[in-house]
Amino acid sequence: MSGPAAGLSGDPSPVPSSVPSRSRVVRDALGVGVAVGLSGFAFGVTSAGAGLTVLQSCVLSLLVFTGASQFALVGALGAGGNPFAAAAGAFFLGTRNAFYGLRLSQILRLPAALRPLAAQWVIDETSAVALAQKDRASARLGFTVTGASLYTLWNLTTLGGALGASALGDPAAWGLDAAGPAVFLALLAPMLTGRTERAVAALGAVLALTCLPLLPAGVPVLVAALAAPLALAAGRAAPARARARTRRRSRRSRRSGRAGAAGSP
Amino acid sequence: MTGAAGAWTAIGVTAAGCYAVKMLGLSIPAGLLERPLVKRLAALVPIALLAALTALQTFGTDQLRLTVDARTAGLAAAFVALLLRAPFLVVIAAAVAVTAALRALAGL
Repeated sequence: MSGPAAGLSGDPSPVPSSVPSRSRVVRDALGVGVAVGLSGFAFGVTSAGAGLTVLQSCVLSLLVFTGASQFALVGALGAGGNPFAAAAGAFFLGTRNAFYGLRLSQILRLPAALRPLAAQWVIDETSAVALAQKDRASARLGFTVTGASLYTLWNLTTLGGALGASALGDPAAWGLDAAGPAVFLALLAPMLTGRTERAVAALGAVLALTCLPLLPAGVPVLVAALAAPLALAAGRAAPARARARTRRRSRRSRRSGRAGAAGSP
Repeated sequence: MTGAAGAWTAIGVTAAGCYAVKMLGLSIPAGLLERPLVKRLAALVPIALLAALTALQTFGTDQLRLTVDARTAGLAAAFVALLLRAPFLVVIAAAVAVTAALRALAGL
């Protein structure tokens, strides 16, 4: 596009990287949509293994459509958890989608009529693809292609997994009881970006395992959620001390120009 | 397993709740959720829950006891796959394959 004339314009700044082409956005979106969409099979099998009917498994994928919540719900129900405790765990896992929606609404600027439809597709993967784009058209395209491919595949493979589970026999013999925790681990790993995040994860796991023999199924997960405010409270105390140290240091360094400015206040 | 009515109740409540929070995010003015403490908690709560679920479903049994079995090895395989930046589906497949192989070979 930019011919030799562009070099003569006298602009010394390098040419900004071109907007990703539509085909690249579609390719990235399909990559995510297909890979994650296929793991609906693991959900279908897990759900059937937990004792849910094919219809219940499919309704979950159609109406809940947020993987971690679905795995958490069938896990808690399969363990005989109270329905409301099970639903609460799944719901709290789903609350992060509100924050994705918040950022997406600013980037996608969807017409009000489309919002109720688009809302169902507001999940980890569609948000990750849409937020990675540089302009509104690419973000809309990435969101739509990821959402459509993932929603379609996730529901088809849920049906396949739930139907196939009876043919497979015992899901544990195929190692499929490891699919659920592996999904959680794979979703968790990219979130562990800092020390607070890792502390929250460790504390959450310890709280849950400690509570497992003591509390009804589904409740330990809710107790583990307390790791977030606890770590945040501990973290707020620690940076306050660190800030105080920094203040003292900077005061000292300001004085260090003058002779005899030893001793902190 | 919870009874059929209980399961449908849980499914209905979860579906309604999860859709409501998705819609809420798309609909409300940005300022309401943009407070730093709210955002920080919202980022950390899923981390606590996902870590708890990973631990519970790796080490927990239906009898609400803790155990180390083939799933532990499966999750270790998934962890290695994650360190190698394997795609999502490969991570899951690694966990499933290693767990199944250990059960078949060692009867764990």
